[in-house]
Amino acid sequence: MSLKPVMTGRGLTKRYGRVTAMDKADFDLFPGEVLAIIGDNGAGKSTLVKALCGAIHVDEGEIRLDDRPIAFKSPMEARDAGIETVYQNLALSPALSIADNMFLGRELYKEGIAGAVFRMLDKKKMRDFARQKLTDLGLMTVQSITQAVETLSGGQRQGVAVARAAAFATKFVIMDEPTAALGVKESRRVLELILDVKARGMPIVLISHNMPQVFEVADRIHIHRLSRRHAVIRPQDFSMSDAVAIMTGAMAPPQEIALPEGALVSPPSVASAAGEVTSGR
Amino acid sequence: MADERAAPPRGATRGPQDYESALDKGPQDVASFEVHDTSPLARFHHFLHANPTAAPVVVLVFSCLVFGTVANNFFSPFNLSLIIQQVTVIGILGAAQTLVILTAGIDLSVAAIMVLSYMVMARLAVQGDLPSILAVLAGLVVGLACGLFNGGLVTRTRLAPVAVAVLAWVLLLSFDLPLIYVVPVGMAAGLVVGWFGFGPALALRLPPFIVTLGAWSIFFALNLWYSESETIRSQDLDAAAPLLKIFGLRVEILGAQFTLGSFLMLGIFLVLWYALNWTGWGRAVYAVGDDKEAAELSGIRTDRILLSVYGTAGLLCALGGWAAIGRVGSASPQSFYEGNLDAITAVVIGGTSLFGGRGSIFGTLFGALIVGVFRSGLKLGGVEVLWQTFAVGLLIIVAVAMDQWIRRVSA
Repeated sequence: MSLKPVMTGRGLTKRYGRVTAMDKADFDLFPGEVLAIIGDNGAGKSTLVKALCGAIHVDEGEIRLDDRPIAFKSPMEARDAGIETVYQNLALSPALSIADNMFLGRELYKEGIAGAVFRMLDKKKMRDFARQKLTDLGLMTVQSITQAVETLSGGQRQGVAVARAAAFATKFVIMDEPTAALGVKESRRVLELILDVKARGMPIVLISHNMPQVFEVADRIHIHRLSRRHAVIRPQDFSMSDAVAIMTGAMAPPQEIALPEGALVSPPSVASAAGEVTSGR
Repeated sequence: MADERAAPPRGATRGPQDYESALDKGPQDVASFEVHDTSPLARFHHFLHANPTAAPVVVLVFSCLVFGTVANNFFSPFNLSLIIQQVTVIGILGAAQTLVILTAGIDLSVAAIMVLSYMVMARLAVQGDLPSILAVLAGLVVGLACGLFNGGLVTRTRLAPVAVAVLAWVLLLSFDLPLIYVVPVGMAAGLVVGWFGFGPALALRLPPFIVTLGAWSIFFALNLWYSESETIRSQDLDAAAPLLKIFGLRVEILGAQFTLGSFLMLGIFLVLWYALNWTGWGRAVYAVGDDKEAAELSGIRTDRILLSVYGTAGLLCALGGWAAIGRVGSASPQSFYEGNLDAITAVVIGGTSLFGGRGSIFGTLFGALIVGVFRSGLKLGGVEVLWQTFAVGLLIIVAVAMDQWIRRVSA
């Protein structure tokens, strides 16, 4: 049995003028896994993630989704392809209701003339769907689906953003620092949400600085360093301090890229890139 | 590597989530809501926050009651219908302004667009011998073009439509075509180019305040050029194009006289209410004004929405111009000089936030009515015009203070 990656990136390079933000970076995401991406500030995590979700175009390299090469021109195209992103700033419209926010930019219209000619929104259907999705994720402690997002707490807003992504994603969900602005209790709730979404079979790319959280929920950890993929480890094989040591260059990265059971994957763009880079510096 | 893997995970000895163990002892509900402060003031506050139209309605009802008791004939059907007639034009301009302000913008050129549009209608119908209906259509096209000119500068600095319009003017004038045809035709040409997005666009987004301030002067100058500073008289309109004055016609309902213009205004408000509350476009307008970046990330094409908002505002101004001819009777290039400010006043008193994303279209109607009621009531009470203006100024400041206070719920 072979496990084909959902998305792969090979030799991804992005330059901003004379700065190389991403230098022949590789990336693999497999079905049903939580892949954490960690790395120091400036290591190029954001650039990698932006390339995956269509916010930037790479100068070189190839991104394949379900083994088909893709080149997103905008986050919208990525979204249409089934990749949803939970942005750090959440991208919610505070004055609009929870239901409105979930359907922002992809509203449902009534059937028949009302929808076709007068473009009338099917508010009931949208509310029911939103309520259903939030309930599925155990979030319906919020009073009402029609209350404005600005009246929600930080954790609740995060919940709405995650629910929106989980509801519409068909390929995978990217979460950028989902717990960065949250308290201990709310972080816990969001981590449970992540595992919940994973349990539904949806792969997740998790960008985080929080080591305990990464080690708890991730199946594999992609360590980004010096603008490329430096190592991929399994959390059960290494300690947090090892991961930090690899991330900061204090420890040599393992030679092989950790893969899920039975994974079928094309070779990395630079053979044993990680080792060479470390010895080169 | 092998020894690395064999080593027990260091995290397991202490457990990475140790610091969370205290959580189990605390209450388990994460997303529960605190019970709202139930003092009457706090409940009132919450009510106003949830219902943006409520505040202007309360003020409107209250001021009607006060003026009704102070001035004897305030509640006469004649006076009430007069108030509605007086707010017709400002109400329509305010509706256009509301759309723009909801997107966190502002349009200082609404009155200038209106005057230019109705001058085009009146001159083409009276002096151009065009069928009235075509003259009206030309005026609407000019209003739309002016709105899209603003929208084009606010979203992407697109100069091709302007260049085409100016080029068409020069070309047509050199063929000795009369000025009254040249201006609308040139603007229509610019509109077509702008509409289909031809030509290069600079990657600049200009602030609406400054763009429309400039546009105000530009449209005002265009208007003087086009109209040759001449007023089209009422009797000429009656003779050549009664259609232009259709919105001045009165119908009597229950002893009160309503102009068709009042119904036009009401119709515009109803249509906009529907568009803002029941269509995806409406949600997008609020989202753009609320947080443009979030809207963009949510998949809303914010530039298109902004362009459509400014274009619609221009078109509404032209419709307001048609109603203004009916209301005033003649078409003067010098009228409605304060129309911009009156429209913004109606929007602000109507509870729409100048920061965008918050407010309601009917708030503006009530805002315009409040101003009308104040002016009428004070006049009936024998108060001088200058004190009426003083009172309206106070109203604006109170309205803004209310807005800030109401918004604090979310802070």
